[in-house]
Amino acid sequence: MKPLEIADKIKEKFQDEVLDVKEFREQVAVTLKKDRILEICRYLHDDAALCFDYLIDVCGVDYAGKKEKRFEVVYHLYSIKRCHAIRLKAEVPETNSEIDSVTVLWAGANWHERECYDMFGIIFKGNQDLRRVLMPEDWEGHPLRKDYPVKGPEKEWPGFQAVLDRAKRFKEFEWHG
Amino acid sequence: MGLIENTISPSLVEVEKGTKILSPNIVITSMDKLINWGRSSSLWPVTFGLACCGIEMMTTGSSHYDLDRMGVIFRGSPRQADLMIVAGTVTKKMAEIVRRIYDQMPEPRYVVSLGSCACSGGIFNTYSTVQGCDSFLPVDVYIPGCPPRPEALLEGIIKLQEKIKGEHFRWSRWR
Repeated sequence: MKPLEIADKIKEKFQDEVLDVKEFREQVAVTLKKDRILEICRYLHDDAALCFDYLIDVCGVDYAGKKEKRFEVVYHLYSIKRCHAIRLKAEVPETNSEIDSVTVLWAGANWHERECYDMFGIIFKGNQDLRRVLMPEDWEGHPLRKDYPVKGPEKEWPGFQAVLDRAKRFKEFEWHG
Repeated sequence: MGLIENTISPSLVEVEKGTKILSPNIVITSMDKLINWGRSSSLWPVTFGLACCGIEMMTTGSSHYDLDRMGVIFRGSPRQADLMIVAGTVTKKMAEIVRRIYDQMPEPRYVVSLGSCACSGGIFNTYSTVQGCDSFLPVDVYIPGCPPRPEALLEGIIKLQEKIKGEHFRWSRWR
């Protein structure tokens, strides 16, 4: 099925949810409201003609100062059976940055959602194991947000500070020729 | 030994039963020289690739570059190693593990910092990257490059061997 036809099918079924459909180099992105994302994904997953059985990626985007709703969660879907793909974008506002998890449909979404939570602080409701996946568990802040300082916060992360302190303590046992 | 035994020579000396050596076989050297020679020609690094520099390290160990000819044999355990090649980007999360592995190595131990990232953080001047592994490790040799070629690592190991050969009185327990 052509990607635009898939977009039309989504539009037909979820008229109020679709905000925008864009095509770029034969790739189609459907911008959606976030509230019924799980329902839309379930439709795409279960419908026999669409049969999106493979979730390639879930990632976040921060549009701080560029869009009214700050975050976007992007889903890349692919059907191994039907050989077609589509991209879904769900807009997530900063104040209530929660969205339904799609782990019930694709178990592989788990780590992607955890990464998205780790980097952007978007909460995935229904994900049973929403911990940080890349940063240490006691890390403060979400590093891929645009307002996060590139060189990190002023205060050093305690885990690394402990390593520096230990290195300092052990320095006297080093051999000084 | 069999060859020497069959040779008829009056200068053969039996050092233990069945082992004979030629008698003017005396080597006079200093303890420093002997021990440093032994150490520098059997550097056993612990395999510790952290990023792309690790791939260069593996290449250096392969038959084409052949680290083994210099007595450098990679060990899987820090307890059997006396050299640590920090190959690649050290993140703050990884720093604790790097230090722990270093602490498990027996003395005398040496550290080679391989690549720009391990030396100074490289292009990653960010929240998650350690700006040079010398902030928590005593580094002996720095090898720049992104990543360094195997020849550079070989050169670094030769430099380290030179450094070991220049050491004085490190075998003593009083230090």
